[in-house]
Amino acid sequence: MAEVLVYVDHVDGAVRKPTLELLTLARRVGEPVAVALGAGAGDTVAALAEHGAVKVLTHEAAEYADYLVVPKVDALQAAVEAVSAEGSLAAVLVPSSAEGKEIAARLALRLGSGVITDAVDLEAGDEGPVATQSVFAAAFTTKSRVSKGTPVITVKPNSAAVEAAPAAGAVEALSVTFSAAATGTKVTSRTPRESTGRPELTEAAIVVSGGRGVNGAENFAIVEALADSLGAAVGASRAAVDAGWYPHTNQVGQTGKSVSPQLYIASGISGAIQHRAGMQTSKTIVAINKDAEAPIFELVDYGVVGDLFDVVPQLTEEVKSRKG
Amino acid sequence: MSLRIVVTVKYVPDATGDRHFADDLTVDRDDVDGLLSELDEYAVEQALQISENSDDDVEVTVLTVGPEDAKDALRKALSMGADKAIHVEDDDLHGTDAIGTSLVLAKAVEKAGYDLVVSGMASTDGTMGVVPALLAERLGVPQVTLLSEVSVEGGVVKGRRDGDSATEQLEASLPAVVSVTDQSGEARYPSFKGIMAAKKKPVQSWDLSDLEIDEDEVGLENAYTVVESAAERPARTAGTIVKDEGEGGKQLAAFLAERKFV
Repeated sequence: MAEVLVYVDHVDGAVRKPTLELLTLARRVGEPVAVALGAGAGDTVAALAEHGAVKVLTHEAAEYADYLVVPKVDALQAAVEAVSAEGSLAAVLVPSSAEGKEIAARLALRLGSGVITDAVDLEAGDEGPVATQSVFAAAFTTKSRVSKGTPVITVKPNSAAVEAAPAAGAVEALSVTFSAAATGTKVTSRTPRESTGRPELTEAAIVVSGGRGVNGAENFAIVEALADSLGAAVGASRAAVDAGWYPHTNQVGQTGKSVSPQLYIASGISGAIQHRAGMQTSKTIVAINKDAEAPIFELVDYGVVGDLFDVVPQLTEEVKSRKG
Repeated sequence: MSLRIVVTVKYVPDATGDRHFADDLTVDRDDVDGLLSELDEYAVEQALQISENSDDDVEVTVLTVGPEDAKDALRKALSMGADKAIHVEDDDLHGTDAIGTSLVLAKAVEKAGYDLVVSGMASTDGTMGVVPALLAERLGVPQVTLLSEVSVEGGVVKGRRDGDSATEQLEASLPAVVSVTDQSGEARYPSFKGIMAAKKKPVQSWDLSDLEIDEDEVGLENAYTVVESAAERPARTAGTIVKDEGEGGKQLAAFLAERKFV
């Protein structure tokens, strides 16, 4: 059976959820071989094996943290060459983060391959893996495949379920020779984002977002309180971010994060195209807005026309009391 | 010292219009008004700011690859303040994918001569966000991408990249490829004077032969990916909408409980 390379996104050895989802998709196309790079790479093995990695190629070097993107491209290229030398390679899958897409694109160019980004599903096909994408602000769904070279595909978070599928997880040290370009862009400092204790926005099962109607940074406390009652992540519309009420890292929309949770709660968000682009594929959508004509109500499974300052706190209390 | 900046821009269908696909599953450009991609306005703005803050002799060239109408995008960038423009246009380019587009841009940037390429973070139609990285790979120069802050001094470009899990400060020597986000600073509106001046600024037109690119390296037939189908997402079935009469929050909680979220 052909092998599928899966690029591992991890923080000091802790594998992030989208990588485990990739392993689920990889198993539909071939035998997953994971590639873990940088500090803590060796600590990823148990989680990867538990979710289906037949082999884990690891390489630790300071370059992965000290320089942008290119060292990781060099390593992934080395992994492609190593796997191709021994057998056949069906695809390379990479999580669809900003960095993941850049790594995938440069790798594809080096391999003479096509690249597909932001897939939301992946199936085996007669002529190689077929990727589903959601385009034009999620108004259309397309199915595409790579027609030249080894397919390189990036996949969005929440595109597949995490499944336990114990496999060997045999560890092999990857041999990497860095290219001259590897040290081109130096990372002179790195400040990790402070943890809010809430789930990662793109990975969360429930997202509660606030928009223009929240009307002030201090009022986001009521959005956060609802999120915490549900164990949800907090999002914000571009209007709220541009007004300086909430950090850009929490922006949902075309120029922010694209989310696809089980439940999306929009409070005080009108639902402009820019916002819809980032949340339209959510499974269940709920909105609270004063304006009965707001376009967000065209998308909802349940909507409340009313003042969010009345509705949201009442909802939070009710959720808390129901959870007891 | 002189500093040659090339800004890559894309002419896209208006994102607020009713975008759809043509019969060959490429983006339909005929039925929706086109414009300079909003995210590229930030790239033009940062190039102009670098120019204004520099003691060097800076020239800002705006470059696009696209059909005849794409000149509108160039004109907008010129009216914002760019010095000159290059339009790569060729019938054989129809349907070119990101890999092919990066080839055309790389050849055009090299022919134009450059010290710094500035791009937007992504286009508002394709939204892949990979062309700046591809361009850096092709040109063999540093990639300094997704910057929310950028500065150039003494042949070095520095910037702040707000990543998913950390904020990074980046640094590279010129020549380099930079991309900037919508957090980099509001783009200026063209002034009346700028609009009038733009009419006199030079717009060069190049085709594939000017760039020594073979027709079998670009276009829909030679793309590295194939779109097999495109289907309009079914409209969401109309949901329940209630007016809050004092119990809206409780009603919503009951709905969430029914769907097993609580």
